[in-house]
Amino acid sequence: MNDTIMIKNLSFGFAEKQVLNHITFHVQEGEIFGLLGPSGAGKTTLIKILTGQLQQSDGYAKLLGKDSKKLSGTERRQIGTMMDNFGLYERLSVYDNLSFYADIYHVSRSAINEILKNIGLYEGRGIAVSKLSKGMKNRLSLARALMNNAKILFLDEPTAGLDPATTREIHDVLLSQKKKGTTIFLTTHNMFEAEDLCDHIALLSKGNIIETGKPADICRKYNHLNKLQITLKNGETIILENGSASANTVKEYLENGSIDAIHSTEPTLETVFIELTGKGLDGYE
Amino acid sequence: MNNTIAIIKKQLKDTLKNKTVLIQFIMFPMLTLIMNHTIAIDGMPENFFVNLFATMYIGMAPLTSIAAIIAEEKEKNTLRVLIMSNVRPYEYLLGIGIYVWVICMIGAVVICTAGGYKPQGNITFMSIMAIGILASLLAGTTIGTYSHTQMMATSVTLPVMMFFSFMPMLSLFNTTIAKIAKFTFTEQISLGQVTNLQLKAENICIIIVNILIAAVLFSITYKKCGLA
Repeated sequence: MNDTIMIKNLSFGFAEKQVLNHITFHVQEGEIFGLLGPSGAGKTTLIKILTGQLQQSDGYAKLLGKDSKKLSGTERRQIGTMMDNFGLYERLSVYDNLSFYADIYHVSRSAINEILKNIGLYEGRGIAVSKLSKGMKNRLSLARALMNNAKILFLDEPTAGLDPATTREIHDVLLSQKKKGTTIFLTTHNMFEAEDLCDHIALLSKGNIIETGKPADICRKYNHLNKLQITLKNGETIILENGSASANTVKEYLENGSIDAIHSTEPTLETVFIELTGKGLDGYE
Repeated sequence: MNNTIAIIKKQLKDTLKNKTVLIQFIMFPMLTLIMNHTIAIDGMPENFFVNLFATMYIGMAPLTSIAAIIAEEKEKNTLRVLIMSNVRPYEYLLGIGIYVWVICMIGAVVICTAGGYKPQGNITFMSIMAIGILASLLAGTTIGTYSHTQMMATSVTLPVMMFFSFMPMLSLFNTTIAKIAKFTFTEQISLGQVTNLQLKAENICIIIVNILIAAVLFSITYKKCGLA
C-alpha cells in the first residue's frame, strides 16, 4: 500500500518551547492511524501542520505525495478535517451548515440528506447548532468533514467528552469510511478508542514519538511478565508461566470445565505509556 | 466565484438570525423615515435628517457590521475551517464585502426615498452613498482582520465609528472640530449631500485619500494578522 501521509524529522517550536521534536512516521492508504498522547503533547499542533494551518520549523510532511506546505486547491479538497473547536455556524441550522459546505465542495443537496441519515442527524436537521448537544455538534462536525468524500480525514479527538453510545456511533461511521478506502488520522487520549479502531498508532509524549506500531504488537512488546491469568469459575485467579510447563495445568482445568476466562498478562496501551513516560495518557503521574 | 456566492447566501441566512448585525442595517433607514416625516421645525435645512442620518449610516453600519462578522468568524474558528476548505481569503472578503455593501445600499435606497429627490438627484445621492459605504467597509474590514474576538472588534470599532459618524454633526457647532472633520470621508460626503448633491473635486480627493489610507492599513493588517 502507498503512504498517504509521510512525516520525516518534523519539528515545531515557539520561541521558548519546542512542541514537536524530529517526528518521523508514515500512514498507509486506507488505514486508521491514531496519535495517542496526553493534553499538551503536541497532537493538535501536528494536525495543524499536516493540514497547512501551521508550518513546521524543520523536517517535512507529505500528504498524498505532496509537501503539506504546498498543497494545491485540488489536494485540499481531498482532505476532510474535524477540529476540537467545531467551527460551526451557531445560528444556522444543521442542514444550513451542511448546505453551505455543499456549495463550497460542489456537492448535491441529496448528498446532504444521505450524510445526515448516516450520521444520525437527519431528524434534527432543522435545529439551530447553538441548541445542539456536544455529541450532536461532534457528529455534525464529522458530517461536514465527510461531505467532500475526502481521501484523508484528520480528526482531532473526535469522541472527547462523549457518552459511550455516541462514541460507538462515531466509531461505526469511521469504520464504514475506512471500508470505503478513506485514510483516517485521529488523535486521542483514549486507549480503548485506539485499540478498537486503529490499525497503527504512535505514542506522543512532550513532542517526541516514543513508540509506533500496531496496538496489539506494542502491548505484546511490553509484556514483560509473559504469563497467563486464569480465572476459575469459583472466583479464584491463577497466574501461570506462558510456556509448555503450564500446558498440563491448563489442560487439566479445561477438562474439568472449571475455567471462566483466560487472559494474557500483556499490558494495556495506558500501562505501556506509563512505563515509557512515567505518566498516564491523562497526563497525570 | 462559486465560493463567493455561497458565502453571500450563507451570510444572508445568518444575518436574518443575528439581531445585533440586523439592527445596524435597519436602524438609520427607519430613523430617517420616522424623523423626516414627524419633525418639521421652521428654518430647519432641507432634508436635514436625511443628510444627518445618511452620514451616520455610512459611518456606522458598514464599519461595525463587517468588523463584527469577520471578528466573529475568527473567534469561533469558522473562518479557519473555511480557509482549510480551500476558500481563498479574497473570496471570503469579497463575499462578505459584497453582501454588506448590497445590504447597506438597500438601506441607502430607503434613506434616499425619504429625501424625495428628483431622478437625477436619486442617482447622485446613491452614488455618494455607494462611495461612502465602500470607504467605511474598508475601515471595518481592517478592524475585523486586526481583531481576534468580537469583544476586541467592538472596542476598536466604537471610537472609530463615533469619530467618523459624529464629526460631520459636531463640525456644525465648532470650527476647530470642522477643521479636523474636513479630512474625514464622512464630512466630505455630508458636505456633498448638503451642497445640492454635488461632490466637488476637493470632496472626491479627500474621499479617495481616505479610501487609499484604509486600503494601505488593511494591507498592513492583513500581512501582520492574516485572516485565520
